[in-house]
Amino acid sequence: MSPPHQNRGLTAIDGAMALIVILLMVQIWLLSATVEAFLGGHRETALPGAIVSGIIFVACFGLFCFVDQVDRDVRR
Amino acid sequence: MRWFGRPNNKPLWQDEFSVFTADERYVSRRQLAKFLTLTSFSMFVGNAWILLRSWLYKLPSYTARPVGKADDVPVGGARIFQYPGPDSPCILMRTGADSYAAYSQVCTHLSCAVYYSSERNRLECPCHNGAFSVADGSVVQGPPQRALPRVVIERQGETLVALRVESGGQV
Repeated sequence: MSPPHQNRGLTAIDGAMALIVILLMVQIWLLSATVEAFLGGHRETALPGAIVSGIIFVACFGLFCFVDQVDRDVRR
Repeated sequence: MRWFGRPNNKPLWQDEFSVFTADERYVSRRQLAKFLTLTSFSMFVGNAWILLRSWLYKLPSYTARPVGKADDVPVGGARIFQYPGPDSPCILMRTGADSYAAYSQVCTHLSCAVYYSSERNRLECPCHNGAFSVADGSVVQGPPQRALPRVVIERQGETLVALRVESGGQV
């Protein structure tokens, strides 16, 4: 049986990865919606789309750093 | 529990079989998280590319061009013309004694040619049963997601003149 700190670490990693997947799904939808609007002649949606996509990427990167750190700690 | 890994702790060069397929196929959580983050970055690059395109985009300039005589098209009839260039087919419809409507003939779904159905008073795409309103080019049926680009037509005496193209909006 794994030590408690390892179990907690794995739960944190699983939660963070689930969050990354959810954020990625939102980002894919955002990209498709922005492309659709751009092709439809609505160029005003490009800026907010890029800003929100950037925020989501930063959040994903932060979660990745978190997963990386926790994974290293658990393996010690 | 250790599912993968080398069966002994000998140095790799001492192992008779030094390739461990299961180890190579194993994707760790860290690797998966890295892959997902890179995918997120590629989505962001896509959005940034669209932003760049929208900044660099310049509104096209159209020149007014006669597309035919006003009486060439009977009421309830339609005819094809090219505007603004020879590779841009458009369809002109006479919806009343003195009212005309013109749209791009290229379906916004998969670029099939739309035709005018006078019985249903709408533009129909035979490829995937898409249909557009004659009044404003908006989608009334089928898979297209965007309205047809509208060609602004003005009657000057007996001649119909195309002035510009207005892009179709979202449904």
